[in-house]
Amino acid sequence: MAEGDLRVGIDVGGTNTDAVVLDASDRVIAKAKRPTTPDVTAGLRAALDAVLTELAQPGASGGGAYGMEGGVVWGRITRVMLGTTHATNAILERRNLGRVAVLRLGAPATTAVPPLVGWPADLREVVSAGEAIVPGGHYVDGREIGLLDPDAIRRFLDGVRADAVAVTGVFSPAGDEHERAVEELVRREYGLPVSMSHEIGSLGLLERENATVLNAALYTVAGHVTQALTSALAERGLSARPYLAQNDGTLMTVEHAARLPVSTIGSGPANSLRGAALLSGVQDAIVADVGGTSTDLGVLVGGFPRESAAAVEIGGVLTNFRMPDILAIALGGGSVVRDGAVGPDSVGYRIAEEALVFGGGTATLTDAAVAGGRLPRGVSGWRERLEAVLAERLEAVPAERGSAGQGSAERGPGGRRGVGDMSEDIRDTLQRALAVADALALDAVDRMSLGRADRPLVAVGGGAFLLPERIPGVSRVIRPEHAAVANAVGAAIALASGRVDTIMPAGESRSKAIERVKEEAVARAVAAGADPAGVQIVDLLEVPLSYLSEPAVRVHVKAAGPLTR
Amino acid sequence: MRTGALAARRAMETYGEVPLVRLADLPEDALVVPLSGIGAPTVGHEMIYGEDEPRRVVEEVERIFGRPPTAIMSSEIGGSNGVAPVAWAAQLGLPLLDADGMGRAFPEVQMISMHVAGLPADLVIMSDIVGNVVTIRPIDGLWSERLARAVCVAAGSHALMADYILTAAQARGAVIEGTVTRALEVGRSTEGAAEPLAALQRELGAARLITGKLTDVERRTTGGFVRGTATIEGTGDDRGRTLRLELQNENLVAIEDGEVRAMVPDLITVVDTETAGAIQTESLRYGQRVAVLAWPCDPLWRTPKGLETAGPRAFGYDLEYVPVEESVKEESRG
Repeated sequence: MAEGDLRVGIDVGGTNTDAVVLDASDRVIAKAKRPTTPDVTAGLRAALDAVLTELAQPGASGGGAYGMEGGVVWGRITRVMLGTTHATNAILERRNLGRVAVLRLGAPATTAVPPLVGWPADLREVVSAGEAIVPGGHYVDGREIGLLDPDAIRRFLDGVRADAVAVTGVFSPAGDEHERAVEELVRREYGLPVSMSHEIGSLGLLERENATVLNAALYTVAGHVTQALTSALAERGLSARPYLAQNDGTLMTVEHAARLPVSTIGSGPANSLRGAALLSGVQDAIVADVGGTSTDLGVLVGGFPRESAAAVEIGGVLTNFRMPDILAIALGGGSVVRDGAVGPDSVGYRIAEEALVFGGGTATLTDAAVAGGRLPRGVSGWRERLEAVLAERLEAVPAERGSAGQGSAERGPGGRRGVGDMSEDIRDTLQRALAVADALALDAVDRMSLGRADRPLVAVGGGAFLLPERIPGVSRVIRPEHAAVANAVGAAIALASGRVDTIMPAGESRSKAIERVKEEAVARAVAAGADPAGVQIVDLLEVPLSYLSEPAVRVHVKAAGPLTR
Repeated sequence: MRTGALAARRAMETYGEVPLVRLADLPEDALVVPLSGIGAPTVGHEMIYGEDEPRRVVEEVERIFGRPPTAIMSSEIGGSNGVAPVAWAAQLGLPLLDADGMGRAFPEVQMISMHVAGLPADLVIMSDIVGNVVTIRPIDGLWSERLARAVCVAAGSHALMADYILTAAQARGAVIEGTVTRALEVGRSTEGAAEPLAALQRELGAARLITGKLTDVERRTTGGFVRGTATIEGTGDDRGRTLRLELQNENLVAIEDGEVRAMVPDLITVVDTETAGAIQTESLRYGQRVAVLAWPCDPLWRTPKGLETAGPRAFGYDLEYVPVEESVKEESRG
């Protein structure tokens, strides 16, 4: 094995922080799961330590095979990729957010809806240092709405106390000169960092502006994440280069992430989809990430997540981020089973104590699946255990009646009471619950498949075994190895990308213009850390526009490629 | 749609709430200014309105008519042009007339009640975002459309427009009354309702043509319009049935087994079965669980001139208009 052939992927989820080590051929050679901590960072360090320990341990799936001391094998780790919820949490909890001077270029246009209208009042209170709409910006055809007025900008900035500036120009995705000029002025004269909207969002002024303001408010948090990651690596003597995962399933260097921290929001579902693609070896599929409380369904197209067309809300703020198109349904391993229904309530992380199969008193979807002969990969004895539990209950409380679902309310010490029904009835309840769950899953798959029945379903997550062997609407069901850590795997294999969304003429100059947009997308991918030799255009979308002087199209281009060696 | 709602809320917070007036309460010579946005929706989401366009239009109206307007009116109650006039009225400090020119939404400019009533399209006033005001004296509706479109393009594909400016006396029988109140009632009927779809259907007095799943949407953009078809396959009690919708920005004709179940100018709306929220034609997507509702249009559209303007033949369908009450009578599903 060559030196420098290992990568670490870490994914911070709502419940668990997962870490994996992949070798040069993308095989999982170590994995670990630790609870996510409120401060995120402690859980991240714990998961990193756990996976490094496993990697170095003889006999474990990783280090054993390599048979060498921890220090030596760790030295072969070249990259660490992190998908984290730091930024999401900061916005949801209104913590560690910087104060932002919000500047819009477009006056006298756009004044009917000033910046931050529609924001939750408490978030606006924390984030806004002041807002102004000044002359500038462009028309759809590239003409200037008005000339930039540097003095108006100075007057505004002189009157506010801000940690950062967010600048949004009308039609800046099609012409960014004004935003760049403002950035230069602010850096030179005020020394403040500037978020430019054309780097952050696509057309749709208010949504793009919202994302740009959130981005500017997250600079402090970005600093914390970078610091946490780099110091965690340094303390463990790792010289690996750190990267952060973003919402489209691609990576950024920490330097890039420091400028665009808002892009880290929503990386979890994207990583899970990308991980499912690698682990299953399938590029086009429906992916179901089955957890304890819910199941997230997404679609892989050419190995990348299909993106949602709908606007995305973050902490009550509407943005036009392109996030994976995810359908979440209330169906998971801990979903409570009661007569004729499954969920939506779940015992969640308490499943290990509360499910019947684990000796608890609540009938869950896990119990229903086990009773139906569905078991996680590599486990044995669950079915026998469940049988024993059911039989025991039958003897323990033969006279008491009540449905399985009341179990959680009636549960006594040791969970000995509660399912005080005849076990035949419980079996029947479990069997019917499984049928209900299968119908829910089938319906969700159908909604995501858009009528195509030729693709497989890849089931990942801890509850992958809950899904049936056959689901109408998909060609087959794949349950890959290491499915429980698919999200961390997705982080570890992610590519770097760049995207451009703009409006251009549809006439003769179209093909040249599209070439220019492609070049810009490639340049952005390289700036994000991609190897110039390996970058490819992975997405190109043209939408014709009506009611314009010249026929025009809206063009969205995305380029992606492997990271620079 | 959302931008319009944000602008309306913001304008009411800044300038105060907007009084709603009935046509019956206006003196005969009161001047009513119908307002609407003109331009490309994509542009409207990026280059949002300023706050001065309505004032400049109204100043020009005053200069031409020699007196200030008494109220403004929504040209089209359906879609964003139904919400934005609340912002314009607030900015102007003028009441909003409880009426509009369609009682629904239509894709083409001449499809307006004032045209059906025979009022001339001989004056158009437009204002753009930087302050230009353009007054057009067209010789007919065709030139009105042609010239207004040219101004709109020069102004960056987004402008505010007043046309068919009329007195209260002229408005009687030439506008569709009560539509703002109606829109509010429809909105409130589903708010907090245990069964929003049933509540909406009751409020509208609508027939439910089908409840099912959208299984196919085919769309193409031609001549500035989105045309196409949507197919809904029945579920539950409607299993085995299939309804096809013909689209041109709006839902024009609903067909089942070769039989027309409902057609323009009656209203056909696709709503989400859970929330009862309307799904606009550009947002229709495979897999959505929907119900299709149909209910009668304003009687004005059922007059010979009304049908000539916005009946099935005006959209290129060789169909004899049958009111929705008759076409769904024998199997109206509650």
